[in-house]
Amino acid sequence: MADGVKPRVKAPRTASAGEVVTIKTLISHPMESGQRKDGSGNPIPRSIINRFTCAFNGQMVVDVTLEPAISTNPYFEFEAKIPEAGTLQFTWYDDDGSVYEDSKPIEIS
Amino acid sequence: MDLTRRETLGACGAAALLAMLPAPALARTTDDWIAEFTGGADMAEGGLDLTAPEIAENGNTVPIEVGAPGASEILVLATGNPTPGVVKFTFGPLAGSQRASTRIRLAGTQDVIAIAKLADGSFARASTTVKVTIGGCGG
Repeated sequence: MADGVKPRVKAPRTASAGEVVTIKTLISHPMESGQRKDGSGNPIPRSIINRFTCAFNGQMVVDVTLEPAISTNPYFEFEAKIPEAGTLQFTWYDDDGSVYEDSKPIEIS
Repeated sequence: MDLTRRETLGACGAAALLAMLPAPALARTTDDWIAEFTGGADMAEGGLDLTAPEIAENGNTVPIEVGAPGASEILVLATGNPTPGVVKFTFGPLAGSQRASTRIRLAGTQDVIAIAKLADGSFARASTTVKVTIGGCGG
């Protein structure tokens, strides 16, 4: 597991039923591309987050496949439709098998 | 163990084949990516927005945005990177819009291509050139 991986999510706490809300996510991760070399010329092995998913009450919002060309600290901004009160679940999958999770409850106002 | 000439040649041939096999899998070109995504189908222009800066000072983090109303999948490729694949968005039933933005690495000045799979199964393509002042691959 890479060090200091911390997911951050910005989503509204309340929404009206059927509203489309903007969600911003960022996870601190070095996203080592496998192209760089260390001081003595040896390639640094690839270590990235290769998949990110966002679901609301188990229904898929977006599923992202990441390649090494995604910047350090992968950032995503997208929109989700909120039909009812529930929880947004965010999941990041690391190359080394680690899974990082976060969730945000949303109430209907 | 005595190896005949035939056995030796056979073993060498097999070894050479094994050595060659992983190479194409590692070095997938932009065309390979497109063919894999579209299955060789034609791509129309329009119906897909790709927003990227004209000039990016730092290739390590270039903000891009893609959006295609009704698309189920959008693939982004960077033609001038060591590996052209960048990101693939798959939109689910609760996606508020088929639009997403992220930050990508670009090794140098190059074309960025986006391909969307639209609701009717056809494909749309958009591309834009990004000038990069400092490359993003740690060269």
